Amino acid sequence: MTTEAISSGFSTGPTATTGPRGPKPKTVTIGRIGVYAFLILSAVFFLLPLWVMIVTSLKTMPEIREGHLFNWPALLTFDPWLKAWDTACTGRDCNGLKPGFWNSVKITALSVPVSIVIAMINGYALSFWKYKGSELLFGILIFGAFVPFQVVIYPLIIGLSKIGLFATLPGIVVVHTIFGMPILTLLYRNFFASLPIELFKAGRVDGAGFWGIFFRIMLPMSVPITIVAIILQVTGIWNDFLFGTVFAGRENMPMTVQLNNIVTTTTGIREYNVNMAATILTAAVPLVVYFISGKWFVRGIAAGAVKG
Amino acid sequence: MTQIAEPGERAATGFAGTAAERKPRTRKKFNIQSVLGTTPMIATAIGVFVICIIFSIIWSFTNSKLFPNFNFIGLAQYERLWANDRWNISVRNLAVFGVLSIGISMVFGYLLAVFMDQRIKQEDLFRSIFLYPFAMSLVVTGLVWQWMFDPNLGIQSAVRQLGWANFEFAPLVKQETALYGLVLGGLWNGVGVTMAILLAGLRGVDSEIWKAAKVDGIPTWKTYLFIVLPMMKGAVATAFILQMTGIVRVFDIVIAMTQGGPGVSTQMPAVYVIQHITDRVNVGQGMAAATMMLLPVIILIGLQYLLQWNAQRKARKAA
Repeated sequence: MTTEAISSGFSTGPTATTGPRGPKPKTVTIGRIGVYAFLILSAVFFLLPLWVMIVTSLKTMPEIREGHLFNWPALLTFDPWLKAWDTACTGRDCNGLKPGFWNSVKITALSVPVSIVIAMINGYALSFWKYKGSELLFGILIFGAFVPFQVVIYPLIIGLSKIGLFATLPGIVVVHTIFGMPILTLLYRNFFASLPIELFKAGRVDGAGFWGIFFRIMLPMSVPITIVAIILQVTGIWNDFLFGTVFAGRENMPMTVQLNNIVTTTTGIREYNVNMAATILTAAVPLVVYFISGKWFVRGIAAGAVKG
Repeated sequence: MTQIAEPGERAATGFAGTAAERKPRTRKKFNIQSVLGTTPMIATAIGVFVICIIFSIIWSFTNSKLFPNFNFIGLAQYERLWANDRWNISVRNLAVFGVLSIGISMVFGYLLAVFMDQRIKQEDLFRSIFLYPFAMSLVVTGLVWQWMFDPNLGIQSAVRQLGWANFEFAPLVKQETALYGLVLGGLWNGVGVTMAILLAGLRGVDSEIWKAAKVDGIPTWKTYLFIVLPMMKGAVATAFILQMTGIVRVFDIVIAMTQGGPGVSTQMPAVYVIQHITDRVNVGQGMAAATMMLLPVIILIGLQYLLQWNAQRKARKAA
C-alpha cells in the first residue's frame, strides 16, 4: 500500500512533461514554455529526494559505494526494507523499526481522538456558551500556539513526573493533547462561529442544554471540519520528534525517534540502503494520508492559518 | 491581518476590558456545563501556558542543576548565557537561518504561486508535488538531505562522475556552509506551504483588478508585483507568521541533519535549551535560554497589538 502510494506519486511525473505539448498548440508561446520549464524544474527539485530515497533503499551496499546516487539499482534488492523493519539496530536492541511503528500507532490512535474531542467542546463552548473569562482563556491558548515548546517543556516534565505520568503512554498523549489544543480549538471555534445562530436558538427552544445541543446538532454538523482536524493531527503527531524524545520514555519511543537513532548509530558500517528504507517506512503513514486526502490536506494547512 | 490575528485581537481587546462593545450577541449566562466541558482548556491555558512559563522564568534566576531549586542568584544565568559563545553563535545561526529561509521561501513560494496561476494543465499534480514534502517529518527531511549531501556518495560524487571533477557540493562537512545546507533542507520541506497559502491569496484578489490592469496596458509581471501582491497582505502575513513560529523552535531538522555541527556551526537556541536540561544537567542555564526564546514571540505579539491599535485609531478618526 505504501509503495503504491509513493510510486503513484512518482509515475505521474512524466505525464507532466507532456503537458505543454498537449492539445492546444495555439497557446504554445515562449512565455508558456517558460512557465512550464520553471514548474517542471521545481517539480524535479521536490521529487529528487524521494527518488534518491527509493533507489538507495533498493540497492546493495557495494552498488551504493560506487556512488551513482541517482541511478536505478542494477541489482534490485528488498533486503534493506526487511532489515529496516525487523533487525536494524539502535544501540544494543536489534528489533528494527517495528517497535517504533507500533508505539507511534498507539500514541497516534490515542492522542488524535482525545485531542479532537476536547478541542471540539472548546470551540463549541467558545462560540455558543461564553462565560466570564472564556475569551481570555482562548487568548492565552492562542498565545500558546506561538510559544516555543522549549519554554514550557521543563516545568511540564516536572509536573508530569509529580503525577507519575512522565515517560508513560498516557503522559505523551496528554502532551500531544496540550500542544494540539491551540490550533484545533481555533479551527473548531472558527467553524462553529460560522454556523447560523438560529441552529443554536432552535435547540434552545426545544429545551436542549449544553450537551444536548452539542450531541444532537453540532456534532453531526462538524464532520467535514473533523476530517481536516484528523488529517492535521495524524500527520502532526506521527511526525513529532521533540515530544517523543522528551516525554515518551524508552518504552513508548515513537517511530521518528527510533529512526533517528537507527540512522545516527555510529557503531559499525553505515548501511545507507537500510537507513533510506527506514526513512521511507517512517514517512509512509503521513504520505499515504496526504495522497488519500488530497485537497483536504491543503485545506487543513489553510484552515489552521486562514479561515477555510 | 487575517484570521490568525483575529482571535489575538479579541484576546487583546479582552485584556483591555472593552467587553461592553461585544456584549450584544448572546447573553453571557453562566452555564456550569460550559465551564465543566472546557476544564481541559482551563487547565491547559492556566496550567501550561501561564504557570509553566512562570516557573521557567523563575528557575532562570536560580542555580538549578539536575533538579530545580529556588536558590536565587539574580541575573547570573543570563550573564553566563550571553558570555557563552555557544549561545551567541546559536542566536546568530538562528538569525541567518531565519532570514534566509523566510526570504527565499517567500520569493520562491510566490514565484511558484504566480506560475501556478497561469491556467496551467495538471495544476493538482504540480500542487501535490510541491506540497508532499510537508507531509513528511523534519527528521525524515533532515536524514534524506544529509544523505544527498554526503561528500563521498551523495550529489557531489554523482556529479563528479558525470565529468566535473572539481564539482563541490557537500555543504554539511564545512563549518562555513553547513547552515546553508540546513536552509535548503528546510526549504524543500516548507516552500509548498508558502506556495499554497500565497496561491489562495492570489485567487482571492478581485478579478476586476486584472481587467483594469489590462485596460491600462500594465504588463502582467508588474501587475503581480506592484498591484496584486500589496492586495494580499493577509496571505503574506499568514505565511510569514507560520514560518516565523516554525523557525524560532527549529530543532528536529538540526538533530537529524547535523546535530548542531560541524563544531557549533548549526547550533540553535532550541537545541541549546534541550541540551542544558538533558545532557548538560544545568536547568538554570537552560531556563535562562528558554526565557530568551520567549522574547521574539512577545515582540511579535506586541507589534501586532500595536498595528491593530493603530488601525483602530485610524478607523475611529475616519468615523
